[in-house]
Amino acid sequence: MGIIEAILLSVITAATPLVLAAAGELVAERSGVLNLGVEGMMIMGAVSAFAATQITGSPYVGILAGVAAGLLFALFFGFLTLTLVANQVATGLALTLLGLGVSGMLGESFLGMQGIKLQPIAIPLLSEVPFLGPLLFRQDAIFYLSIAIVAGIHWFLFRSRAGLKLRAVGDSHASAHALGVDVIRIRYLAVLFGGACAGLAGAQLSLVYTPQWVENMSAGRGWIALALVVFASWRPWRVVAGGYLFGAVSISQLHAQAFGIGIPSQFLSSLPYVATIVVLILISHNRRMTLINTPASLGKPFVPER
Amino acid sequence: MKKLLLALATTTAVLGFAAAASAQEKAKICFVYVGSKTDGGWTQAHDIGRQQLEKELGDKIETQFLENVPEGPDAERAIERMARSGCGLIFTTSFGFMDATIKIAQKFPDVKFEHATGYKTLPNVATYNSRFYEGRYIQGQIAAKMSEKGVAGYIASFPIPEVVMGINSFVIGARSVNPDFKIKVIWANTWFDPGKEADAAKALIDQGVDILTQHTDTTAPMQVAAERGIKAFGQASDMIAAGPNTQLTAIVDTWGAYYVKRTKAFLDGKWESTSSWDGLKDGILTMAPYTNMPDDVKAMAEATEAKIKSGELKPFTGPLNKQDGSPWLKEGETADDATLLGMNFYVEGVDDKLPQ
Repeated sequence: MGIIEAILLSVITAATPLVLAAAGELVAERSGVLNLGVEGMMIMGAVSAFAATQITGSPYVGILAGVAAGLLFALFFGFLTLTLVANQVATGLALTLLGLGVSGMLGESFLGMQGIKLQPIAIPLLSEVPFLGPLLFRQDAIFYLSIAIVAGIHWFLFRSRAGLKLRAVGDSHASAHALGVDVIRIRYLAVLFGGACAGLAGAQLSLVYTPQWVENMSAGRGWIALALVVFASWRPWRVVAGGYLFGAVSISQLHAQAFGIGIPSQFLSSLPYVATIVVLILISHNRRMTLINTPASLGKPFVPER
Repeated sequence: MKKLLLALATTTAVLGFAAAASAQEKAKICFVYVGSKTDGGWTQAHDIGRQQLEKELGDKIETQFLENVPEGPDAERAIERMARSGCGLIFTTSFGFMDATIKIAQKFPDVKFEHATGYKTLPNVATYNSRFYEGRYIQGQIAAKMSEKGVAGYIASFPIPEVVMGINSFVIGARSVNPDFKIKVIWANTWFDPGKEADAAKALIDQGVDILTQHTDTTAPMQVAAERGIKAFGQASDMIAAGPNTQLTAIVDTWGAYYVKRTKAFLDGKWESTSSWDGLKDGILTMAPYTNMPDDVKAMAEATEAKIKSGELKPFTGPLNKQDGSPWLKEGETADDATLLGMNFYVEGVDDKLPQ
């Protein structure tokens, strides 16, 4: 295995949870809901996936448990912000803190246990293609899902009627409501989808990335996912580009250090963030494009008139 | 009947009084942790020490702890909260808590503080540390014997003297066995991020190291080493569970005896600000069983350990050059503690630029 291949493999592992969580959050934000609880839903996904895998011995049950945990937390968030119209920012932050605490408690008895790794699935024929085969077609189910989910989101948002409604709700919930669209229902579904994706991202952490459970193991990845959504200017494929760029810079800087190129490590460590800022500046240069993609009702509570 | 009631009332009163008295008399000993108490590494080792303290002196004291306290300004708040809540003696267990500990200690002159691995003291702030580097010297020797390629990977956290000292000691140990031995260093710039630590481990292995050692807190690098089929060293706690066929040995921090000793002094009113720096011979660090290695390597490691314990061998003994080849220690000269505690340079043989 060549060094480039090795680097790319690490990049894929590092980027997948970011892409998944960001893609889910993108859908929620497109419907006008800002959920800052990604980190909390992710860590709940990680602990639930690990626990379920340990109990049943099957990482696939673990994946389901991770998704379920994300859904549950998202439902809670939806109830508070959509039904009770609580402040989205405050509720999201609370969800993150709650997730970190609850996961620590739930995970206590699973600490130090040997994890069961989700094994890769080789896709016949394609996995034999030189270079690309081992990289893209000998991966685990969560990686395949992440790409399928992004493709699905793209199709849904820009090619389907339901997606059009969702974007309408995110841009102007009052107008959408006036047209007879059930704003709250659509937002609930979008938030739940976001939670499921964050839970799946968490499952990737404890089943693929580092098959073990330690408290706080998401280590801020939920926040990076949130930034990625803005970075991608709410376009699904750009989430993939952003996630992989971030992953690539993070991994390359480690290799640069191991190679001994003599650049201070603090600078190298900050590179992924510097790269993000540079791209953000380049993107926001075109103000019109940015405005078109930004959901206009993002973060605004909706109370239907009766 | 009346008598019985009276007896009952008296008993209750006595019991109540006893409870109140013990609540008053029980001193509160508090701990501030940088990570989670179950991280499987650094913080867990401190918490095991706390549990030992509670077991041995539980009738006289109660303990409290705060986990996952970030280094920096947040640490001040956490430490202040402990000081205000009636803690008599507070152990702050990370290098990055140094300035916060000093600042709060000045505010609460009646509370005693103990800061791990730092170098600033006050009349009410003591420091304590462990000569981890003694263990890293042994690891270096083992690495040099076990590595086929003659290159080890080193996952470092932050460029503080503690970590630099460890890298140097590892290299000195390794080069005492194989003068051409090399290490590759990656600074993760974190103590705790399983994902990043795993990425660093993968990067090092991809670049051809066949022994891994770490100065970060989770077992993720050990897990990667196990998956890739190379050998590795554990850090702070015995990490054998994460790599039954991988771990060669681990530096195991055993803080318990120190915590008991200092708490006893505190209870007797004999606590003084000291700077304690014990090593293998005092049992504040121990080596996890030497496993997954041939008998001759094990015998060498045990012999070195015995020599360090007896004081016959000190890792930082000349002739030693600095990284650029300029002489540092003359033949037979030993580095003093002050130099070690402020160490901000590499010795010869480290293939890395030290972040300043």
